[in-house]
Amino acid sequence: MYRTAKGEEIFVIDGHTHFWDGSPANQKNIHGKQFIDCFYAYHSNLSPPSEKWEKEKFEKYDAKTMFDDLFVTGYDDMAILQPTYLTDFYKNGFNTTERNSAMKKSHPDRFILNGAFDPRDGTRGLEDLHALSEKHKLKGVKLYTAEWRGDSKGYKLTDKASYQYLEAAQKLGIKNIHVHKGPTIIPLNRDAFDVADIDDVATSFQDLNFIVEHCGLPRLDDFCWIATQETNVYAGLAVALPFIHSRPGYFAHVISELLFWVGPDKILYGSDYGIWTPKWLIDKFMAFEIPADVTKETGSVLSMEAKTKILGLNAARIYGIDVEAQKKKIRAGGGYAHLPEAVHAPR
Amino acid sequence: MKSSDERRERPRGRSSDDKRAQIWACLQDVMDPELDESVTELNFVTKAAVDSRDHVHIEFRLPTYWCAANFSFLMADDMRRAVSALDWVKGVSVVLGEHMYADKINAGLAQGRSFQETFGAEADGSLDDLRQTFLVKAFQRRQVALLSHLAALGKSPAQIVSWTLTELGSLPLDDAGEKLIQRYLERRSVVGPASGDGPAFVDANGARLTAEGLAGYVSSLRRVGINAEFNGALCRGLLAARFDLDTPFVPKSKMMPASSGT
Repeated sequence: MYRTAKGEEIFVIDGHTHFWDGSPANQKNIHGKQFIDCFYAYHSNLSPPSEKWEKEKFEKYDAKTMFDDLFVTGYDDMAILQPTYLTDFYKNGFNTTERNSAMKKSHPDRFILNGAFDPRDGTRGLEDLHALSEKHKLKGVKLYTAEWRGDSKGYKLTDKASYQYLEAAQKLGIKNIHVHKGPTIIPLNRDAFDVADIDDVATSFQDLNFIVEHCGLPRLDDFCWIATQETNVYAGLAVALPFIHSRPGYFAHVISELLFWVGPDKILYGSDYGIWTPKWLIDKFMAFEIPADVTKETGSVLSMEAKTKILGLNAARIYGIDVEAQKKKIRAGGGYAHLPEAVHAPR
Repeated sequence: MKSSDERRERPRGRSSDDKRAQIWACLQDVMDPELDESVTELNFVTKAAVDSRDHVHIEFRLPTYWCAANFSFLMADDMRRAVSALDWVKGVSVVLGEHMYADKINAGLAQGRSFQETFGAEADGSLDDLRQTFLVKAFQRRQVALLSHLAALGKSPAQIVSWTLTELGSLPLDDAGEKLIQRYLERRSVVGPASGDGPAFVDANGARLTAEGLAGYVSSLRRVGINAEFNGALCRGLLAARFDLDTPFVPKSKMMPASSGT
């Protein structure tokens, strides 16, 4: 919960968090080491120096650290746990639904547990998706299209098998499809980050929401174009948001373009925890204004109303969260007891 | 960025220094196709040395282990070609360090194979389409930067769209403006014939821009430039976080032995 100077309470849903184990003990091979090293480079490069973690903590943090960083030190009210399996790189997987479900079980009012599927898993995978959905009452899944699986180095949403899985998701009431694009999609002579397949499935599955993580980066330009045409395509802010500290000028341009093309109702805040932590991200975001020269170019303004939508209301809408009821539940459980009376006015 | 090793090397006379300077000048013209920035300015190149037989040895590394294989190959191939164009060069080796496809790419480069030959079944054709896509993006990014500059100087849309390429080239501008024009002209032929009496400003299909449509056109292209600049900033930051000047170059994909778990 973030409180403004005027006493407004801003309900925050963190659209993208992980509870991973990237430690050397869990690494299966060089790729596992390089994967967590790459995350750590994102973390070290874009975090303010005071927020930088030691490598060992970054590789594997415990449940209490995560809870405190999100909900006690940080302003998150709720957080979506997004799995990333990577079972070819990590012995027990990197961040599975199973591992995340322990967090959800300990703090049911705080977390939204998302599942995952991989269209290359065939009929067996469809059965697993049914079971996973039944067990956890899933409302969303995270797809990592660049995941390696045996000889395969990734898949596209337009693959025939992907369609079967999306149809199954629709039937199971899994409405929110978070898509993370990564490199190495075969064939290698094409653009590994191409987002055109999102355009295709968004048209074919009008009842599903497609939340494109990292707002399509490194194809922000193509993504913006698609998102203007598809009413069910959303932008996840993870990776773009931390630039607010190191490169506020770039962030101003990116958020302006997103507001212009995608609009304030379809942008979702996400910390990408543990790559970054909510406290500093939200302090900076609440204090941020788009500079006049950029506004002059784009006409985009990051109003308080837009901030409120991005930080929580948009996610609440697509995940069916009743914000007032949820606040009551969290308050009744003592979840706001730590909040000082003082406001979190932008500094 | 030259490696610390190389900087410690003793100079071997003017001729050797000249040759090295020529190599770096060639490499400076090789672009990361996605970022449209020079591979030397991005600090990708860690070494460019000449041996006594006039063979050139280039080493480079990228911001992540996962950088797209196709662009990695393209940059290596472009570096090889650029340096081979120097008449005294007898041979060129280009080696990529610490990348998921380093072993494959390095073997392909060493044997002078094409991208398609190197990747076989993992690719289903050449890189020409991909290269063209990003050349068009580079054209658009350079064009929007120049158009914004001209608008800021008070040039009207009607004036801007009326110019021929020759007229654009002879505008009296300051150094920054000259540079923008030069960069734009380097990519102008990507989208169509670029003779002197042809229109200076055309769209990606080669059609002349119109005065009425100019503002809308510029705002729709803005996102191409912002995307490239954002990616450039991200890549520089990731490279700096991954390697500093003292990090030894490892010409392989593997830095630790695979455990029994694989």
